[in-house]
Amino acid sequence: MREFDYARADSPRQAVSTHGESEQAAYLAGGTTLLDLVKIDIMRPDQVVDINRLDLNEIETLDDGRTRIGALVTNTALARHDRIKNEYAVLSEALLSGATTQLRNKATTAGNVMQRVRCPYFRDGVSSCNKREPGSGCAAIEGHNRSVHAVLGTSEHCIATHPSDMCVAMAAIGATVAVEGPDGQREIDFLDFHLLPGDAPEREHALKPGELITHVTLDAPLENSRSRYLKLRDRASYQFALASSAVIVTLDGDTITEARVALGGVGTKPWRAHEAEAALKGQKATEATFQKAAEIAMQGATPYAHNAFKIPLGQQAIVRNLTTLTAQEDRRTS
Amino acid sequence: MSDSIIGAGPIGSGPRRIDGQRKVTGAAPYAADHHPDNMAYGYGVFSTIARGTVTGLDLDAARQSPGVIDIFHHDHFPELHRSPASFAQGNKVEETRLPFEDNHIYYEGQFVALVVADTFENARAAARKVSVSYKSSDAIANLDQGVKAHGTTSGSGNHERGDAAGNFDGAAHSIDVTYTTPVETHNPMEMHASVASWEGDRLTIFESSQGVVVQRNALAKIFGLPPSHVRVESPFIGSGFGSKLWMWPHAVAASAAAREIGRPVQLVVPRPQMFTTTGHRPETRQRLRLATDESGRLVSLRHESINTTSFTDQYVETCGSVTKSLYSCPNLLVSHETTQVNRGTPTSMRAPGAAPGLFALESAIDEMAHEIGVDPLEFRMNNYADRDESLDLDFSSNHIREATEKAAEKFGWQDRNPEVGSMREGHEIIGYGMAACNWEALKRECEARVSLRADGTAFVTCATQDIGTGTYTIIAQTVSELTGLPLEKVTVRLGDTSYPAGPVSGGSWATATTLPAIAAATREAIKELKGYATSEKGDFKDVDSDSLTFENGQLTHDGQRVDYVDVLKGQRLASADGHAHTKGADDKYSYRSFGAHFVEVRWDPGISNLRVARVVSAIDVGRVINSMTARNQVEGAIVMGLGMAHFEATEYDARNGRPVNNNYAEYVVPVHADQPPEVEVILLDYPDLAFNEFGARGIGEIGITGMAAAVANAVHHATGKRIRDLPIFKEKLMENVPDVPSA
Ligand SMILES: Cc1cc2nc3c(=O)[nH]c(=O)nc-3n(C[C@H](O)[C@H](O)[C@H](O)COP(=O)(O)OP(=O)(O)OC[C@H]3O[C@@H](n4cnc5c(N)ncnc54)[C@H](O)[C@@H]3O)c2cc1C
Ligand code: SF4
Repeated sequence: MREFDYARADSPRQAVSTHGESEQAAYLAGGTTLLDLVKIDIMRPDQVVDINRLDLNEIETLDDGRTRIGALVTNTALARHDRIKNEYAVLSEALLSGATTQLRNKATTAGNVMQRVRCPYFRDGVSSCNKREPGSGCAAIEGHNRSVHAVLGTSEHCIATHPSDMCVAMAAIGATVAVEGPDGQREIDFLDFHLLPGDAPEREHALKPGELITHVTLDAPLENSRSRYLKLRDRASYQFALASSAVIVTLDGDTITEARVALGGVGTKPWRAHEAEAALKGQKATEATFQKAAEIAMQGATPYAHNAFKIPLGQQAIVRNLTTLTAQEDRRTS
Repeated sequence: MSDSIIGAGPIGSGPRRIDGQRKVTGAAPYAADHHPDNMAYGYGVFSTIARGTVTGLDLDAARQSPGVIDIFHHDHFPELHRSPASFAQGNKVEETRLPFEDNHIYYEGQFVALVVADTFENARAAARKVSVSYKSSDAIANLDQGVKAHGTTSGSGNHERGDAAGNFDGAAHSIDVTYTTPVETHNPMEMHASVASWEGDRLTIFESSQGVVVQRNALAKIFGLPPSHVRVESPFIGSGFGSKLWMWPHAVAASAAAREIGRPVQLVVPRPQMFTTTGHRPETRQRLRLATDESGRLVSLRHESINTTSFTDQYVETCGSVTKSLYSCPNLLVSHETTQVNRGTPTSMRAPGAAPGLFALESAIDEMAHEIGVDPLEFRMNNYADRDESLDLDFSSNHIREATEKAAEKFGWQDRNPEVGSMREGHEIIGYGMAACNWEALKRECEARVSLRADGTAFVTCATQDIGTGTYTIIAQTVSELTGLPLEKVTVRLGDTSYPAGPVSGGSWATATTLPAIAAATREAIKELKGYATSEKGDFKDVDSDSLTFENGQLTHDGQRVDYVDVLKGQRLASADGHAHTKGADDKYSYRSFGAHFVEVRWDPGISNLRVARVVSAIDVGRVINSMTARNQVEGAIVMGLGMAHFEATEYDARNGRPVNNNYAEYVVPVHADQPPEVEVILLDYPDLAFNEFGARGIGEIGITGMAAAVANAVHHATGKRIRDLPIFKEKLMENVPDVPSA
């Protein structure tokens, strides 16, 4: 096989120093992205740093009400955690809508943030793909682009969706990503973590070479809020979103006092819809309000030959989610 | 022996699969579980272009890669022969071209080299270091491009009676509609795999095969050997759905490589190439023209189809096979044509011809009924054929009217408000749809051997296969029925060419073909046993052997009972043996199975979600041998049919013919969560004794036929949209989808 060095780290510091600043090194968490892509020869690390022994498995409530999630907390553990289920229902639901039980048992929080695109042209190892081979072109734009290609945040260099469900919920909740690197520790705002493809789609995130994610810290839950994740796809399970929405709202009677909306399946990164939120805030919770916000959210979307339906579908994901959520008595505990 | 064999024994009951425990505990060996001593591993290098030639292979890096033993390609491969690929001779292969025959590329994913190394990982790593240069030509990437580039070629299975064209134009009502179905890929869980080894000029190959005898014969032709020098073993297979009926190039490549390097070679086809080099259901375009008189009786019916085939072979998807005989119509035309595209050779996939064909026919029947304002159930009742007008024969047994009525009643069809979109619950619009299902009943030649052994067990051999459908179990049931031995005392061995020749497991003919042979061999064994018992040394030496009866493992006469084991032991005999060779079906009747599906769909326009909520199917397949495995076949086929209806399509890049969604994540088949909450299967259970003494016709395929049409018809009832192009993706039902022309 293609050979690489394997090392198991016992502390973040050791992981970072073993990894170094090489672009050819990779951290190994659950392996459900990395090993898959190594096996099909798309990711070709020469140094693999296994981080599974690191002590990053805790979910803690901080004094300021925020929730700190260790990088190695599995998707299953996170989804089933009481505080997450009760205070961040949208996150628990997003996690459980993703992949399969087996994958969720392996997949980690940091790994999920860092998962790669599902674009078949990226994965076939042959087609032109700017992500895999910068400057080679993008086979998807004029190729087959129905299910794992975006309509928001695309560029003429790349149109692949960021496939995560978890990250969509995190984008709505608000979070920071704590990293440790060769130059020490720092925090990155979650919304700045994933990058738009622009003219450099090979750059997917804000990590500097060698930086290790140690935690994701969720903002404190909005007081008296209700939240929900709605994922639309072809089959009922085990498929990436064609369109999804993570919505958090607070209500005063039937007036929306606060709203957070993020979208999945339609954007090149976990897509926070700030303008749509502004259009909801202070408005009555009616179908017309939701529809208007949904249209605003999808404004400026660029349809491609096979995925134009994602524009109305993305709107539907927002409208139905808001409709269900605002109709409920109180949905803080789901 | 014409009267039914059915007594109070296990035939017709529903025992669990006798091989089930071995399968769920992992004890059942599948092809790639075999590791003969000194085995090497092969890994393919596959073409990345769909059309052209290989102009160069740079093997230096691969040769230096660790563990590499040899690398085969068109300039380094033994001279072999093609199989005549004859169904009649029993050496059929679908893709007649041998691997590495020359440097031509006909499809993406075609073998261009085979690396053999000491481990799987080394073989795979080296394969990736092979660099291939190509001269590429413009690929013909789909049916439209094929027809445009070079038109069509006439296929087989055509039929004409009366004057369909002449009775169309002036008819009271008519429709002229075109349907399309995409490529579907079988995708069995177990990937195609071969483990080939040679001893001198004798080849043994473990293969995931639905037809060991045919593969043996084909390999014998290809390697120029007597068939007795080739042994193919396939005791368990992780399903095939038709893709493993006939051998594919990997098996030839593995066998040749093993001979060349003098070591056994294992070769597993990777999942992406399961979409390219092991067959698929081809793309079809089908034009249906139907006309009725004032009273709604069909007066003209034309079903003309085109399917894609490869540049190496013609595979005909006989979409009109059922159309010939399901409805009564004096003026009828069925024609099949093919067009060549740069894809591998297609092959049979569960209910070949009928599955795409009945999507079109049964959708068109619904459209016709709608056109004249008649309930589609009533329209069918008025037009079902009472005899096979294409063969001019009576049906051996046909209960389609009863099946349709029973299923309709159970489903609650009478509650259907025919107005489109009129039935609602919550966010969802409810649609009811129905379609007929139909499949030919086939029966082939078969040999089998049964030994009643002195240890009180029976030992049964037949070179057919159990493809997961329950063949092991129903064979044991048959021997148990005739001997009185409990199922656990019956050992069944299948899937090995050293056993008496059995049929390919396909066409839903396994039951009707193997059980008569098993029964005849069992009777022969009993006869031999009676001979021993009435011989000089026997317990019944003064009795005429014909007046001895055999029941519950005992020979009896006039109140005297002797355990058959004691008969054998008394004469120091190991066993009483029977061998049988039974014939295929006669042509006195038209033998077919019938049924009807009723489907409830739910369309939620607010989130563009379509789901199948309820299915009731009534099926007339003759006698049911095992109620559990039979029901399981129909339920499985229903689920596969709903996958065909709204999920499945192998997508090809129109620019270069490359399959795009060639993996389990992006090729969408139904998962557990898609199973309709209510599925009801009614098995009519009318023995068809004209067909065979068991009265059984076979059940593996009929369940998928008509399902996609029933779903599409229900979708029309819910939404008013007539989807004529499968699959019924949500965007085809959505409003306000911006139009973006394909580049
Ligand atoms: C068939 C299939 C279906 C799926 N369906 C879904 C779905 O529906 N929805 C969904 O959201 N996801 C889905 N996934 C993706 C899945 O969620 C991710 O593969 C998973 O979350 C990755 O986590 P991991 O721990 O296995 O990561 P790994 O594979 O271990 O790592 C992934 C990447 O992150 C890097 N990395 C890991 N940990 C760190 C760290 N601490 N700091 C910096 N870098 C790190 C690795 O080097 C690697 O590049 C699916 C995956 C598969 C294979
Ligand atoms: S969409 Fe992005 S990942 Fe896909 S081919 Fe284009 S550049 Fe590559």
